[in-house]
Amino acid sequence: MPVQFTVNGRSASVDAPANTLLVHALRDHLHLTGTHVGCDTSQCGACTVLLDGRAIKSCAMLAVQAEGCAITTIEGLATSEGTMHPMQAAFKECHGLQCGFCTPGMVLSAVDLVERYPGASELEIRAQLDGNICRCTGYQNIVKAVQQGELAMSAA
Amino acid sequence: MGASDFSKLPHIGESIRRKEDYRFLIGAGQYTDDVVLAAQSFAIFVRSPHAHAKVISVNIEAAKAAPGVIGVFTGADVAADNINGLPCGWLITSTNGEPMREPPHPILAQGKVRYVGDGVAMVVAETLQQARDAAEMVDVDYDVLPAVVNVADAAAGAVADAGLHDIADDNHCFKWAIGDKGAVDSVFEGAAHITKLDLVNNRLIPNAIEPRTAIGSYNRGTDEYTLYVSNQNPHVERLLMTAFVMGLPEHKVRVIAPDVGGGFGSKIFLYAEDVCLTWASKKLNRNIKWVADRSESFLTDAHGRDHVSHAEMAMDANGKFLAMRVHTDANIGAYLSTFASAVPTILYATLLAGQYSTPQIYVEVDAWFTNTAPVDAYRGAGRPEATYVVERLVSRCAWEMGLAQDEIRKRNFITTFPYQTPVALLYDVGDFHTVMTQAQELGDVAGFDARRAASEAKGFRRGIGYSSYIEACGIAPSNIAGALGARAGLFECGEVRVHPTGSVTVFTGSHSHGQGHETTFAQVVAARLGIPVDNVDIVHGDTGRVPFGMGTYGSRSISVGGAALMKALDKIETKAKKIAAHLMEASAADVDFADGEFTVKGTDKKVPFAQVSLAAYVPHNYPLGELEPGLNETAFYDPVNFTFPAGTYICEVEIDPQTGVTRVDKFTAVDDFGTIINPMIVEGQVHGGLVQGIGQALMENCVYDRETGQLLTGSYMDYAMPRAEDFPQFKLGHVCTPCTHNPLGTKGCGEAGAIGSPPAVINAVLDALAPLGVKDFDMPATPHRVWQAIQNASA
Repeated sequence: MPVQFTVNGRSASVDAPANTLLVHALRDHLHLTGTHVGCDTSQCGACTVLLDGRAIKSCAMLAVQAEGCAITTIEGLATSEGTMHPMQAAFKECHGLQCGFCTPGMVLSAVDLVERYPGASELEIRAQLDGNICRCTGYQNIVKAVQQGELAMSAA
Repeated sequence: MGASDFSKLPHIGESIRRKEDYRFLIGAGQYTDDVVLAAQSFAIFVRSPHAHAKVISVNIEAAKAAPGVIGVFTGADVAADNINGLPCGWLITSTNGEPMREPPHPILAQGKVRYVGDGVAMVVAETLQQARDAAEMVDVDYDVLPAVVNVADAAAGAVADAGLHDIADDNHCFKWAIGDKGAVDSVFEGAAHITKLDLVNNRLIPNAIEPRTAIGSYNRGTDEYTLYVSNQNPHVERLLMTAFVMGLPEHKVRVIAPDVGGGFGSKIFLYAEDVCLTWASKKLNRNIKWVADRSESFLTDAHGRDHVSHAEMAMDANGKFLAMRVHTDANIGAYLSTFASAVPTILYATLLAGQYSTPQIYVEVDAWFTNTAPVDAYRGAGRPEATYVVERLVSRCAWEMGLAQDEIRKRNFITTFPYQTPVALLYDVGDFHTVMTQAQELGDVAGFDARRAASEAKGFRRGIGYSSYIEACGIAPSNIAGALGARAGLFECGEVRVHPTGSVTVFTGSHSHGQGHETTFAQVVAARLGIPVDNVDIVHGDTGRVPFGMGTYGSRSISVGGAALMKALDKIETKAKKIAAHLMEASAADVDFADGEFTVKGTDKKVPFAQVSLAAYVPHNYPLGELEPGLNETAFYDPVNFTFPAGTYICEVEIDPQTGVTRVDKFTAVDDFGTIINPMIVEGQVHGGLVQGIGQALMENCVYDRETGQLLTGSYMDYAMPRAEDFPQFKLGHVCTPCTHNPLGTKGCGEAGAIGSPPAVINAVLDALAPLGVKDFDMPATPHRVWQAIQNASA
């Protein structure tokens, strides 16, 4: 079943069975393997992408439901020359990642978070990260990265 | 070079940002599921829905005929090809002199299944969906047997006809002991006070966020196998698989563990799926990928902890520890996983002296088979279990003796080193009083009473809990471990390859799956050679590129893998000095090397490192008669002793007695890791460990149904994973007493947080609830359990 959407600013078409999840369309058909699968109950958030600017779990929707939408995956966040988005840079600067597996989803959730809740307090950031599980960092430096990333985004 | 000189080098102690982060942050990490091989097929495992059953028949005809199916394999095929079961890497000898009972651990069931998730068949098809559909058609006829899942039930023989294995029909794997029982018992007879405590160390599921994944690949033209696998020690995986299971020569098997999304111990082990894929890749002459669902990870990753213990401390009238005795029943699961037998014995009982000068200790451990997933090393592996026993017991001693938690610890701290414990270990160095003092200052213990009053004014209870842990890392040396039952070496290997222009590629047997080795190890090499960190790349996780390796577990990477690199760098420096001496027409004995330059004592002659490396590969002006060209050295390092990180953790909890909700309000961790190379990375390791330890104490709990053996906590809907909002910002501090026996002075930091924190939390809970009459409490401190404890105490 063909579906058309925009991925990282380029139009893309995928011809996949109707029951194909968006995450598998991205990973298996478009070879955008930065989006990860960490669970089967839409809990872990490793598959988070931006859909029309909002963070969503790409394992929780069918590819066909994204018809006509604009999707940003982690591969589309840096500039075309490879310069990191301020939130990506903040995660590096604050050591907000270790094994890196939850990281793409965490970064995209963070981008969405600071746009929806500008000036969020530490407690609000912690609460808003509820949908993304990290087993490595203890979240300490992720929270710092979100705060620093927001500052850098507003300065940019 | 020794630890003292090393710690003064440039870059050592700098929080250099991680070299590996860029690829992870732009989505360019390459985890096993991101690897796509030509004509790749997909495997699905048919797993037992029963905890314990005889397999009467497995009918695969319909599955074989299903669309896209390439092959279906069962235990009969495994037996026909003489594929052995999975080996256990540590032989424990029981107190009666008998070896532990070591039943077969087949890669696909042979006549019986022993836990929910036990593999029965593997279906390989062109697409994942076809494999899934065909797996549904495998028809297995089971004769269900009684199941035993709780270790206490297994120890009591509480379930009739629940013997898992023919060679262990009472489910007993071994009885092991350490210490002088007679001496301990006689001290107890005359003691002024005895404190007794029963403890449950709750079972945990590791939950690395990348599920286990593997791709088996075979090249018929060269008769070579390649296994891509999410694994912490690819050389060990290869050794176990080739030598013990498949009977293959190692040089025909390459194991690649690319980017690995967390391990925490659960990816140390050789799993059945890895062997099935490798074996079937040749039979089908196809590349075969398998990715565990999270549900499969819950069912089949090796679990952690699951001890039930009784501990007693004998004291004099002043709270001085005289003797300690402990009995532990350890759940080992359905089969012996790779290092399962070492965890509740060598890695557990030897740590029961803690930071204290208790003169006599006796520990007895019974290990039991149950109808549950195998239990093996999980972040800390035996040492969290030991610390939980010691630190819960010590705080209970304090309360019974009317002493403060810090006071009883200070009265019993070891103060002189080296210190020989009564349970085999020789602590080389430490400073426990200084660590305690710093933790109390950092945690503002002086302000606790005021904070407690403020909590009480809100109707809450506040408590403070201490834990002063010690752990043993970098398990070693190989010959002593071998005498204790280890079936593998415990050294590490490193190769330093200097390129002609002076940049360096390092090949290490350590494996990074989040620990930041690509940065820390590069700092070590850059500091030694006086070159920029960016000029050093670290290669790991590939038996085809790295000479050899024992991998990453037990917080061993920097202290053992880093020490191997230091030895290789010593060789590089020695050879480079000879080359430099030739270039400067001096004697090698007169050549110094510092900050990337070779100089001749008492002269102004100098040559930079890159000129020496170029001479090594373009040997025109070169002492070819005495020295081989090239600058490439390999070293192996086998430590003479463990390293002993230690620390004091102080936790404050606030509890709402109306709801039982327990919140960690403050957590202070002061650790002595010896030399710290990259403080940012070390603190990140502590953060992660703390959240896993506090997670165990507050929420994580693996539960099997006692009767049916079904896993009740089999998803993130049912197993409580720690999330960002469950924690405050932690306060961390460091004390440094360098390790005395490795060339870096490092001790390891990967597991400390998970080891030290659970008793700190539960001691704080007990301190908070003591005024309500609660005297005892088992992890996890969920709202329901805390509320129930309050109700029970007031009833």
